[in-house]
Amino acid sequence: MYDVISNDILAPSLHRLVVRAPRIAPARRAGQFVIVRAEKGDERIPLTIGDADPAAGTITLFVQAIGASTKKIVAIPAGGAILDVAGPLGQPTHIGSWERVACIGGGVGTAVLYPLAKALAEAGNRITTIIGGRSSQYVILADELAAFSGELLVTTEDGSRGRKGFVTMELAELIADPLRAPRAVFAIGPVPMMRAVAELTRPHGIETVVSLNPIMIDGTGMCGGCRVVVGGESRFACVDGPEFDGHLVDFDNLSARLATYRGIEAEHICRLAGKEAA
Amino acid sequence: MSGELSMKERLAIERVHMPELDAAERSRTFAEVNRGLDREKAVREAQRCIRCRNRDCVAGCPVGVSIPEFVGALADENLPEAARILTRDNALPAVCGRVCPQESQCEARCVRGKKGDPVAIGYLERFVADWAMSHVGELSAEPLPAPIGKSVAVVGCGPAGLTAAGELARKGHAVTIFEALHDTGGVLRYGIPEFRLPKTIIDAEVARLLALGVTMECNVIIGKTLTLSQLQAEFDAVFIANGAGLPTMLNIPGENLKGVYSANEYLTRVNLMGAGRDPGSPTPIIRGRHVAVIGGGNTAMDCVRTARRLGAERAMIVYRRSEAEMPARVEEIKHAKEEGVEFVMLTAPLEVVANWEGWSHALRCQRMELGAPDPSGRRTPVPVAGSEFDLPADVVVNAVGTRANPLLTATAPELALNRWGNIAGDENGGTNLPGVYAGGDIVRGGATVILAMGDGKRAAAAIHGYLGSGAA
Repeated sequence: MYDVISNDILAPSLHRLVVRAPRIAPARRAGQFVIVRAEKGDERIPLTIGDADPAAGTITLFVQAIGASTKKIVAIPAGGAILDVAGPLGQPTHIGSWERVACIGGGVGTAVLYPLAKALAEAGNRITTIIGGRSSQYVILADELAAFSGELLVTTEDGSRGRKGFVTMELAELIADPLRAPRAVFAIGPVPMMRAVAELTRPHGIETVVSLNPIMIDGTGMCGGCRVVVGGESRFACVDGPEFDGHLVDFDNLSARLATYRGIEAEHICRLAGKEAA
Repeated sequence: MSGELSMKERLAIERVHMPELDAAERSRTFAEVNRGLDREKAVREAQRCIRCRNRDCVAGCPVGVSIPEFVGALADENLPEAARILTRDNALPAVCGRVCPQESQCEARCVRGKKGDPVAIGYLERFVADWAMSHVGELSAEPLPAPIGKSVAVVGCGPAGLTAAGELARKGHAVTIFEALHDTGGVLRYGIPEFRLPKTIIDAEVARLLALGVTMECNVIIGKTLTLSQLQAEFDAVFIANGAGLPTMLNIPGENLKGVYSANEYLTRVNLMGAGRDPGSPTPIIRGRHVAVIGGGNTAMDCVRTARRLGAERAMIVYRRSEAEMPARVEEIKHAKEEGVEFVMLTAPLEVVANWEGWSHALRCQRMELGAPDPSGRRTPVPVAGSEFDLPADVVVNAVGTRANPLLTATAPELALNRWGNIAGDENGGTNLPGVYAGGDIVRGGATVILAMGDGKRAAAAIHGYLGSGAA
């Protein structure tokens, strides 16, 4: 069992859990994730490790409650415990020196972005952070990111916070400004956002890293369910990723595979609610 | 007393048949197919053993079970003695009695098989192991040796790891098993379906090891959570048995369409996560009306029989050679056929064809014919020009094999590998690093449960020798 030390709500249905995992905390590097099961019989859910405190033996998880399994995880209060936490899994982020780096987060992807943006800043890169959400309540971790970002830009689709529109508008202006143009871009968020960022940077030849979240089970390379097509080859997000060159990722295939169980999940939720499936 | 049976009487007994669930009934449930022998039938079958002098059956067993002795005790209806001998020699007898290919091992060497049918050693092993499980109270508890102050880390809780752990614990070593998944058993749990090996059997075998004082730590991935060098610093010896967990891709177009699974993913969803099996399981699986499973091994049989149980109207094995070359056990092929599985032989997959929504719709195939034998002695399949055809398949499962999982070896560059990425081990599992041993599929590539167990047993003996030699 892995004790939950604290559980805060950051945004509607987005929680920050600090969990005791003394073996994982010292081993973890930015960009890695854990596989979590709340209770016996539950799904194995991959979650990015947002931060770690090796001295305290704790890790921080950002969890968006979207399905039955993630709702169960966020319902565990401080003082409670998670049954299984396995990791750290995946390749750590390659922390290079590019001088100017743009870090772009969309929705809950901002939580995945946070640890690697922090690591990039600590390595001496000047960070411009652009985060976006549907409306102000979905803009998360702005203060935490501002703490180490040279510049923090916010966009919302409804204009309720920052600029009205999408993160790509800010990125396009950044690229057009020779004094601010990034040498590398890290983009994490919904698939359409990552695709749009990759298309925007491609003509400029700006190195672009995206972090993918395909359906995953074991997280150790054993099942291959998380395979993604990168540069025409099958790669496993759990052992080869989760970060890949955004210019080589087949986003159509990723979107399609992410939708594999959509019908089944809808049916399951309907049954849980005691309603007839439509 | 059977001791009074004459040779003629022994020879006159016909080999027993394993009672099975009715094929039509079982092809829709995950209940165990083989029901096991009753006591009367088991004793009678044991009396077929003529107690020959050569004991070739023992040489045919990768873990060297004292077969004539346990079978003899059973024939004499001394079940506690039969159980004592069997559990002493074999760490997982209830597993082996169910999944071992006895027909190519112990039973293949049985002298009675030279003229007629060999003694059904596998059925008897299962009977004695199951009897022992349900009569724990009547068996004297195994005396534990005093701790000798040495510690061993076992990486992986599959058949090799469990066997090594049991052997080492019995010799007084402090053993800790590190398992990457959330549950025990490795491939026994995530790979082999319940209709062949009920999970309660794995639970009971693991419980027996824990009773020997073995420590189990799940959710620890060696190479990620801890490195090999950390284990070397913390333990006196290490046994690596983390399996060949990395699916081999087909490298054909359409392999990444929705509805295309690796065997590991398909079986893990159902066996480990309960998808399609436990009514409350939140892990989903695509059931499929027409399921094509590519491959001819036991894993392919497990997948295709699972597909039938998940409701497939057509469940097909697609194999590029003929049935004679199939590596699957004869019993698995027989059971699959009885359950309505179609065997599409001499057929190689070319492409998974999508429907308009991006789902697998058909498996485009090509007919093959058998040419000259390859180095393994099996005839090489050769494509027949112009023979392309489509099989309907809304689910395709790739069961062509696995490769070495790189997680541990990637963070242990000092560990010598062979050219396939498997750990290079000698006949006792010794690696190039002192005190580090390896066995099972991480050394062999994809092999069987019993060969992995044999590796675990030999490595445990070697580790015991190493730790006793003062080198550690």
